[in-house]
Amino acid sequence: MGDWMTVTDPENKTLSQHTSETKMSPSSLYSQQVLCSSIPLSKNVHSFFSAFCTEDNIEQSISYLDQELTTFGFPSLYEESKGKETKRELNIIAVLNCMNELLVLQRKNLLAQENVETQNLKLGSDMDHLQSCYSKLKEQLETSRREMIGLQERDRQLQCKNRNLHQLLKNEKDEVQKLQNIIASRATQYNHDMKRKEREYNKLKERLHQLVMNKKDKKIAMDILNYVGRADGKRGSWRTGKTEARNEDEMYKILLNDYEYRQKQILMENAELKKVLQQMKKEMISLLSPQKKKPRERVDDSTGTVISDVEEDAGELSRESIWDLSCETVREQLTNSIRKQWRILKSHVEKLDNQVSKVHLEGFNDEDVISRQDHEQETEKLELEIQQCKEMIKTQQQLLQQQLATACDDDTTSLLRDCYLLEEKERLKEEWSLFKEQKKNFERERRSFTEAAIRLGLERKAFEEERASWLKQQFLNMTTFDHQNSENVKLFSAFSGSSDQDNLTVHSRQPQKKPHSTSNGSPVCMSKLTKSLPASPSTSDFCQTRSCVSEHSSVNVLNITPEDIKPNQVGGECTNQKWSVASRPGSQEGCYSGCSLTYTNSHVEKDDLP
Amino acid sequence: MNFSEVFKLSGLLCKFSPDGKYLASCVQYRLVVRDVNTLQIVQLYTCLDQIQHIEWSADSLFILCAMYKRGLVQVWSLEQPEWHCKIDEGSAGLVASCWSPDGRHILNTTEFHLRITVWSLCTKSVSYIKYPKACLQGTTFTRDGRYMALAERRDCKDYVSIFVCSDWQLLRHFDTDTQDLTGIEWAPNGCVLAVWDTCLEYKILLYSLDGRLLSAYSAYEWSLGIKSVAWSPSSQFLAVGSYDGKVRILNHVTWKMITEFEHPAAINNPKIVVYKEAEKSPQLGLGCLSFPPPRAGAGPLPTSESKYEIASVPVSLQTLKPVTDRANPKIGVGMLAFSPDSYFLATRNDNVPNAVWVWDIQKLRLFAVLEQLSPVRAFQWDPQQPRLAICTGGSRVYLWSPAGCLSVQVPGEGDFAVLSLCWHLSGDSMALLSKDHFCLCFLETEAAVGTACRQLSGHT
Repeated sequence: MGDWMTVTDPENKTLSQHTSETKMSPSSLYSQQVLCSSIPLSKNVHSFFSAFCTEDNIEQSISYLDQELTTFGFPSLYEESKGKETKRELNIIAVLNCMNELLVLQRKNLLAQENVETQNLKLGSDMDHLQSCYSKLKEQLETSRREMIGLQERDRQLQCKNRNLHQLLKNEKDEVQKLQNIIASRATQYNHDMKRKEREYNKLKERLHQLVMNKKDKKIAMDILNYVGRADGKRGSWRTGKTEARNEDEMYKILLNDYEYRQKQILMENAELKKVLQQMKKEMISLLSPQKKKPRERVDDSTGTVISDVEEDAGELSRESIWDLSCETVREQLTNSIRKQWRILKSHVEKLDNQVSKVHLEGFNDEDVISRQDHEQETEKLELEIQQCKEMIKTQQQLLQQQLATACDDDTTSLLRDCYLLEEKERLKEEWSLFKEQKKNFERERRSFTEAAIRLGLERKAFEEERASWLKQQFLNMTTFDHQNSENVKLFSAFSGSSDQDNLTVHSRQPQKKPHSTSNGSPVCMSKLTKSLPASPSTSDFCQTRSCVSEHSSVNVLNITPEDIKPNQVGGECTNQKWSVASRPGSQEGCYSGCSLTYTNSHVEKDDLP
Repeated sequence: MNFSEVFKLSGLLCKFSPDGKYLASCVQYRLVVRDVNTLQIVQLYTCLDQIQHIEWSADSLFILCAMYKRGLVQVWSLEQPEWHCKIDEGSAGLVASCWSPDGRHILNTTEFHLRITVWSLCTKSVSYIKYPKACLQGTTFTRDGRYMALAERRDCKDYVSIFVCSDWQLLRHFDTDTQDLTGIEWAPNGCVLAVWDTCLEYKILLYSLDGRLLSAYSAYEWSLGIKSVAWSPSSQFLAVGSYDGKVRILNHVTWKMITEFEHPAAINNPKIVVYKEAEKSPQLGLGCLSFPPPRAGAGPLPTSESKYEIASVPVSLQTLKPVTDRANPKIGVGMLAFSPDSYFLATRNDNVPNAVWVWDIQKLRLFAVLEQLSPVRAFQWDPQQPRLAICTGGSRVYLWSPAGCLSVQVPGEGDFAVLSLCWHLSGDSMALLSKDHFCLCFLETEAAVGTACRQLSGHT
């Protein structure tokens, strides 16, 4: 660690120095610059003020200043001279303006400078901060690197250790193997030696035996008073082949007896187990059968059949003779039936368990759970209560009706009637006011309509006049028009005959060169038409506008009875209104229907009003 | 519970007659036969030298007294006191002597296991059986006395010979697949012979009476193997205790292992009752009154009193650190005994010498553990009921039954260190043997004992 420290320290120092330099440099430069720029300037200014302008060289200085200022884009300090040769005069106002602007500029510059300085400071501090961060991070990096190296070292050491341990383990294993081999070899050696020794020992024993036996040891003897009888009272028998065979027989008899005994025991055990099984089965059947009878739907058909055939089995098995049957025949039957039974029982028990656990769960989940019975009781009670309440309401109603039916008191009845009358009056009044309002509305509408009709008539009249004048002009210029125009004239003549149908056909026949003029456009067109009536090329335009008009009028005709139109036409002022109507082609019908309604209403009103 | 007066004894030689009427005990070279009920001396025989071994004949008519040092066997008749028989093995020497099941033959094993001499008391005939194997348990008789199995060693191979005891005819002779046969044992039904190998190898072989190999079982290799073997009285189970501190129970149908009883030093199962013997200073009138000494006022009060306490699990038992660089290390299950009804199995793990484990064979699990204050010397089941008597070489005898546990101070002058014990056939009494003395302990009737047990267990 110390090494690292010593190594890193100088680096850090130099680095910090370097960074400080770099940090310092821009600001210092800037400040230097600023200083360079500002201080000499001020100096200059001072010197300028002291030396630049004297009483002698006012003119020059002013001209110089003027030049300078003009080059910087300021207006000239001199008044604009009319004559070229006349001496230019100093424009005080311009000077002042210039000064003011300069001052403003100066202030602005100062402000900017200040801003720049603060920013510079900020940046400097940021720089510092970043610098410190950088150094910190560098340190951190260094430490982490060191740590990493340390860890790597540890890892390496551990690996080394692990390798060593592995080696040791291997060595140990080898050792174990070796030791086992040694043990085995020693054991064989030992056994070998033992055998050798034993052989020697046996030889010795043999020798000793011979010696002992050959010596005819007088001492080896039994001194007995008299021989006693055998315990079983029999005399000893000679050892012959017969006895040998008898012994064999005896032995096998014993073995046989033992096996028989064991078999008997096993049989007994089997019988016992069978009995237990039988009993178990019976009990299971008795346990399961009532359940089968009661909730028939709960037990599956399969289990039902199982039970039934199990019962058959039981019937068969219950016979005593079953115990005499050999195991193979009974075993399968019994075990199968028991197995089936057991399965049923198991499933049943599981079901019960599930139920119990569910109940437990519910019980544990919330304490104040209501059992089904309680719930039902509660609902029943509530229903009863509802019934009672209904009955009560009914009786109350009946009573009320009875009270109403039988006139209790004259006062009360009159009062009641008054009440009713008052209510009625109020209602009527309201209705009346509503009605009045409606009437007013209708009136207003009617008025507007009549006005519109009047306007329409006026417009129409103007139009007629225009047309008349136009026709007149056309007739006058007839000679200059070609053949086509003559056709037009013919048509127009027809139109003048006030047949709207013809007009329509004309319109259909004419090629539609331009789209339908808008409502806004058409009055312009009209105005154009009226204005530049003499211009010949606008004829087609006019035609179109007119066709438009005619169209609308035809619509008008279609909806409104000719009698209605007639007075309008007679009025000759309804053209304007027509145009306005034409502006909203979609609402024409509604408008007119509304019109008709107003009329009818007005009629009704007239009827109503006394 | 009553105690008889203390009689002299030497060499821990004290035996009930098989019919339960008499009690034979040895004092140096004298053989004393007493009536069990009255404890009056019925007969007194004098042998030629200090008796080293006595054995009743199966019909309780004869007693053989072996004097190995002199190579002599003397036989006495109970019915005819004047009758005598002396068998001298001469220069061949004598290392073991036993009755044949018929009670008319005596089998003497000579020194160096040169041969077995079969002496008949009925005829003058003498038979020799060569090549008996010098091993822990080389001869075994079937319970019915018909057959004898004998381990033999010939040409560095193990053999088993089955003899018919009635005429000592060889019935079967077969070699066993063992490295170094250590023991053989007949099943109580006399049809299966268990043969186990040396402790260096875990191997147990089961042979039928006709010499067929029924099964062979080996639990593990390399480590030290079988230390003790016991048949259940019903012949259903064969318990094999081994040096790894486990008892493996084999069944009689498939001869496969049913279960494995471990003997852990720490007992955590709360179902297991752990009786812990606790010693405390005597409180007058409590311990003594229930067991009044037979001679009133003669016996001094015991210096301390012990009782059982039911230890709360988990219990950690005292364990011995086995010395591994010595032969016959004190580890593994060295003592095994089934109760007469085959319901319980009592075991002792030699590296937990103070504890006796009692296993429930019906449920095949540990039932109870008794931890004594000193190492258990011997235990024996009551022949009539599941009742276990334990001695630890102290002056107390301990009884366990499923109902509870009790410890009884043996009254008498000085310290009566019970080194061994043997039950009477009826289970009503037992003989407690110390180095120089023995006494009889009479247990009350079953009901009385039961209440006593209950009281004691309640007391603890």
